[in-house]
Amino acid sequence: MHSTDMHKPEKSVAAARRQFLLDSARLACGVGLLGVGIGLYAKQAKALPPLAIRPPGALKEGDFLGACIRCGLCVRDCPYDILGLAKPEEPVATGTPYFVARQLPCEMCEDIPCVKACPTGALDHGLTDINKARMGLAVLVDQENCLNFLGLRCDICYRVCPVIDKAITLEQQLNARTGKHALFIPVVHSDACTGCGKCEKACPLEVAAIKVYPRELAKGEPGKHYRLGWVEKEKAGGSLVAPDVQHQYNLPEGMRYESGKGLMPSEAPPAAPPPAAPGAQPGLPKALQGGKL
Amino acid sequence: MKAPRIGAEAVAAKGWLRAHKWLLARRLSQLGILALFLLGPLAGVWIVKGNLSYSYTLDVLPLTDPYLLLQSLLTRHLPEAKAFVGAAIVLAFYLLAGGRVFCSWVCPVNMVTDAAAWLRQRLGIKGGAHVSRRTRYWILALTLLLAATTGTLAWELVNPVSMLHRGIIFGLGSAWAVLLAIFLLELFVMQDGWCGRLCPMGAFYGLLGKVSLLRAAAPRRAACNDCMDCFAVCPEPQVIRPALKAVGGAGPVILAGNCTNCGRCIDVCSKEVFAFGTRFGNKAEKTTPPARSAASAACEQG
Repeated sequence: MHSTDMHKPEKSVAAARRQFLLDSARLACGVGLLGVGIGLYAKQAKALPPLAIRPPGALKEGDFLGACIRCGLCVRDCPYDILGLAKPEEPVATGTPYFVARQLPCEMCEDIPCVKACPTGALDHGLTDINKARMGLAVLVDQENCLNFLGLRCDICYRVCPVIDKAITLEQQLNARTGKHALFIPVVHSDACTGCGKCEKACPLEVAAIKVYPRELAKGEPGKHYRLGWVEKEKAGGSLVAPDVQHQYNLPEGMRYESGKGLMPSEAPPAAPPPAAPGAQPGLPKALQGGKL
Repeated sequence: MKAPRIGAEAVAAKGWLRAHKWLLARRLSQLGILALFLLGPLAGVWIVKGNLSYSYTLDVLPLTDPYLLLQSLLTRHLPEAKAFVGAAIVLAFYLLAGGRVFCSWVCPVNMVTDAAAWLRQRLGIKGGAHVSRRTRYWILALTLLLAATTGTLAWELVNPVSMLHRGIIFGLGSAWAVLLAIFLLELFVMQDGWCGRLCPMGAFYGLLGKVSLLRAAAPRRAACNDCMDCFAVCPEPQVIRPALKAVGGAGPVILAGNCTNCGRCIDVCSKEVFAFGTRFGNKAEKTTPPARSAASAACEQG
């Protein structure tokens, strides 16, 4: 404004400026409110429910939600149509792909078409071997109802596993109920399980006893300082502490020790046994022979 | 007493078909694009896969929503090359065809809001909450900020545009409720509420539109009879005035980024004032000053 015609324009400029600031503040507050709402919702939306499994190669959930643009090409290129995009009312971030193993598990295609189709790398293109996929981890959650734990030979989860004998093995145990039969316990190995969900799908119970969980939910982790002695020993090729002492039994003469039975006379008595005292029970230590000292 | 139909004069002068030429072309484009996307899932003919966020045509042509890619970059994720190529193609297209051509020729929400606007006009609903048309830029900034701070594509959780398009192709779910809300918002609460005031996608393409090539223009503005039909039908009426009335010596080309190149002004004008052209050669004609404002504008220029 020019300094000549001062009073009126100055006032109107001030009023306009005031109006502008007021309008901007209104806008900023309104939009800010919207932002708080969406921001909090976005935080909630990061919590993927355990039963929703991302396609193979999916980045960690937090990164995935920034990388996946919800185009659905993975859904389209899945030859088995197991993937779907989350609808707004579903408890998975809107528009992102997932599958539910109990409904349709991943068939573990060797060429991994879903990953190839992803234009953003939300499904990591570095994954070229489907056996290295880690969609989740199978856990035999319900050991009370699992048929194999009950002593039956169900074994279905073990049989359907695409990485059979590596991801799931059957470990033999004594069936304490019958006392004479075996239990074949399915054991999942996290270094081989891809989380495809075939075991969960195939479990014949009404509700699966074995379920695929997100790995961070399924896995425990020892303290960072914790070392397993035998592993360290193997790595080092020998004991890392003082060398093992040859164990020696200090048993009474002429006795031996047998696990579960206790002390008993040696079968081969010492070369020159002392002449037995009259009435003494052979083989018993003197101290235990009583009375005749 | 019902309000007179917008474009009645144009229908009388040019016939119904010519008075709806661009509207029909637009509906054809919007529905055609949807049909292309639906041909795969419904008929098994896979010409296009994906949705408006990213699509892959005939296994050669990637197309990426550049606004979505920008948000993804702000979450500090670096996408694969295909996504960038797709975004470059889309950007180049809208820089030629007009930024908000996306809004009026492609976006499925446009049909919802056009329906609301039509009904609003037919029912004679006036007024409503006033929200500045600048709001969309604030929301645009907000969505980018949210991407950067949450590390996720937060806007995509609620974006009605992608929700509707994805929904039509992959299963709508409860997205219909969001679209109904937008319809009712535009019908009762705010005229042009979503597309004209709030939608950050429109804001993004509007910024592109500031420099895009193809424009609506009023080359025969001298013939304007002030019937106001173009203002009534235009979803962004503020963009018309400078070009039509030569405000501040403006040439006849509509240079505002928020013009959606929908062509409705061309349709409803009985005097055939409007036409599509390019942004170049935008000179205020001096031989036939159309109105007093143009004359005064010429004075200012001289």
